[in-house]
Amino acid sequence: MDFVQNIPFFSIILSMFSGIVSSVLSGKNAKRLNTFVVFFVGVMSFVLFLYLMQKGESYIYRMGHFPAPWGNEIRAGVLEAFMAFFFCVIMLCSLIGGRKHLIKEIEENKVNLYYILVNLLLSSLLALIYTNDLFTAYVFVEINTISACGLIMIRQTGRTIEAATRYMIMSLLGSGLLLIGICLLYDLTGHLLMSYIQMEIAIIVEQGMYTVPIILAIAFISIGLAIKSALYPFHSWLPDAYGYSTVSSSAILSSLVSKGYIFLLIKIFYRIIGFAIIRDSKIIHILFAFGICGMIMGSLGAIKENDIRRMIAFSSVAQIGYIYIGIGLGTKLAMTAGIFHIFSHAASKALLFISAVGITDASNESKKFADLTGAGYRNMIAGVGFTIGSLSMVGVPLFSGFISKFMFAQSSLQVPGKMLPALIVLGISTILNTIYFMKTVIRIYTPAKESTYEKIRFFTNLSYSVSIICFGIVNVTLGLWSQPIVEMIQTGLDMLA
Amino acid sequence: MSRRKSEEEYAKTKAGKFFRWLSGEEDPFLGKIEMKEESSKESKVTLEEIDEDHKLLLEKVYDMERNREIKYFQYFYRFMSVVFCIILISVLIYTVSFLPKTGNANNPDNNVVSRRYIEKGLQETGAVNIVTGMILDYRAFDTFGESNVLFISTITVFILMRIERNKKRDGSLTKEEAEANDRVYEPKNDAILQGVASILVPFIIIFGIYIILNGHLSPGGGFSGGSIIGGGLILYLNAFGFKKTERFFTEKTYKWVCFCSLTFYCLAKSYSFYTGANHIPSKIPLGTPGAILSSGLILPLNICVGLIVACTIYAFYALFRKGGF
Repeated sequence: MDFVQNIPFFSIILSMFSGIVSSVLSGKNAKRLNTFVVFFVGVMSFVLFLYLMQKGESYIYRMGHFPAPWGNEIRAGVLEAFMAFFFCVIMLCSLIGGRKHLIKEIEENKVNLYYILVNLLLSSLLALIYTNDLFTAYVFVEINTISACGLIMIRQTGRTIEAATRYMIMSLLGSGLLLIGICLLYDLTGHLLMSYIQMEIAIIVEQGMYTVPIILAIAFISIGLAIKSALYPFHSWLPDAYGYSTVSSSAILSSLVSKGYIFLLIKIFYRIIGFAIIRDSKIIHILFAFGICGMIMGSLGAIKENDIRRMIAFSSVAQIGYIYIGIGLGTKLAMTAGIFHIFSHAASKALLFISAVGITDASNESKKFADLTGAGYRNMIAGVGFTIGSLSMVGVPLFSGFISKFMFAQSSLQVPGKMLPALIVLGISTILNTIYFMKTVIRIYTPAKESTYEKIRFFTNLSYSVSIICFGIVNVTLGLWSQPIVEMIQTGLDMLA
Repeated sequence: MSRRKSEEEYAKTKAGKFFRWLSGEEDPFLGKIEMKEESSKESKVTLEEIDEDHKLLLEKVYDMERNREIKYFQYFYRFMSVVFCIILISVLIYTVSFLPKTGNANNPDNNVVSRRYIEKGLQETGAVNIVTGMILDYRAFDTFGESNVLFISTITVFILMRIERNKKRDGSLTKEEAEANDRVYEPKNDAILQGVASILVPFIIIFGIYIILNGHLSPGGGFSGGSIIGGGLILYLNAFGFKKTERFFTEKTYKWVCFCSLTFYCLAKSYSFYTGANHIPSKIPLGTPGAILSSGLILPLNICVGLIVACTIYAFYALFRKGGF
């Protein structure tokens, strides 16, 4: 066994351990440790990714001395390694970009608690990505939920505490449904490891036994994870949670936490139930319908908002809808598009949140649109960042959003019954996206007649500018060099199945 | 009367006190328990007033006069929630009828997995208690995650409840106020509670320690033993107040105990994960099954889990009560 293969285990344990150590560190040192750990895990994941690309097959890593159906296992493939790397990049940039606000918005001796939450969140995301065991997934879903809740309420205002309560209730409902689903699957198969459940389920389905419980288990797991990732009718917790929490939290929550759950769902579909069975069940039609509704309703919600942060938050609902359409179409190309959109949305949504904060900073911290006039001139870098993010979200060529929209349209052509609704809604949603994002971009580049607000220069907050530049590079990279990434996702999906 | 003691001396003896307590002349707790006077300031809020307030709140929030549909929406909402619950319950009950029958030997969950746990568990983990062997050896990664769940939930409660500032800001309490507030709703130094607690607390804590230490031999383990110790600490805190518990349990204690146990857990299990995955034989002896020092890492891990659980439970109580230790 090559030493490189230890990387998934190292990254999970390292991020957990750094969370534990942060509890006795001062805020400043916790920050340093966190930056180092996220960076280091990112580098390690990239090395693992290169190794797996070269090797061309996934491998299973045994956690402990006991072999497969008795002990725990984790599993790494190309897609998993790339996702871990990508998540680390986004997390690092979001944290760097929001650092100044973090200091302003949370109490001084709670700073190290914030980094504990971030470290454990990273570990849980990594574990959700790498796990090969359903119950391990559940345990880390719990950690993920609690730390996300903490990230929302660490900025202690009335709105955030209300948002955190709402998030907690909805999210626990999701966890409960997921747990019921896991219990049903265990009762039917007697295993918790993904590959073994898949074998048992294939036998059960062939014999035609237990059809009702299996359908119900799939439904509960899908709905549970859909609630946690804010698919349309279950999105009510989202706008407040993303709109009022401190900016790094918003960026991390919208671009990573919900994506972790979606990836778990994809993993469950591919590795536990088997994609053929999922396609035969009617579940994906429901997810498709929800996704379609989400694309339109989320955009409508965003148009109505008069608060820039909440507008971006509502736009997340629409984008999550896109990803679920990719799952719901039920072909491999559509799934590839969905996973590509996970990346492109993560990159552009985090960028939007971070740059929106720069824009509001240049407008006397007001989030109302009327005050934002001309903010793009007052804070150049934030204006550029917001424009890049908006163009990417709208789907202008050169940026990542275009590729994913194009792939959604392309893949819908292969599915007879769903082609028309998918294409029509894709068109409508793009127009709606344009309305609310371009409205904002035009607003921030309309020269204000008499600006009383002060300008913010590039070097006044260097780390912020650097993070925006990094996000911009990530976005353009995803847009311009999409082909290798798409091929990588396809090999990754082959490895997953 | 041929009494050897005078009336005054007799009153001081135990028998004298006892008979006077029997006849109701003396209250032994008078002066020892802090009695609170019935404060006349506390206004008597009637049910009607609460109702009125609620109505006013609804008016303010929803503007009921102009938005009649909200009222209908609320009726609809209540109705739908009931309907939804009934549907969910009936779907679940319907599904249960399709599941394999409990206790049937041919059930899918009676497979190789549980068979090996039962047949080889003792030999492979050295733990007489198979459940402990399962959670701390076969599936130790999950349990490590689980103790991190406890850790992070205390951290979030810290964020929510811990009172830091000494300045007043938007209605929250300062440290001194919280200190003063702590005893508002209960009397100080309740002699009955203190008497019972001083008898019970040692037993509870010793019992908890016993359960933790014997986790690999008999039913129990870190989670159950830890919660018993936590319960004992809460009882002690209730009887004697924060002044006494501060002598041995402060926020610093919590921090370091949790840090040390989680670090030990993390390092010990990393060692066994790493060796296991790389096919290196583990150097930790399993000992003779049944002895207290046996079953390899399970005993120290049980102690770690127990400490974390006890601290978590106590910390929850202290934070919710006063916002600090």
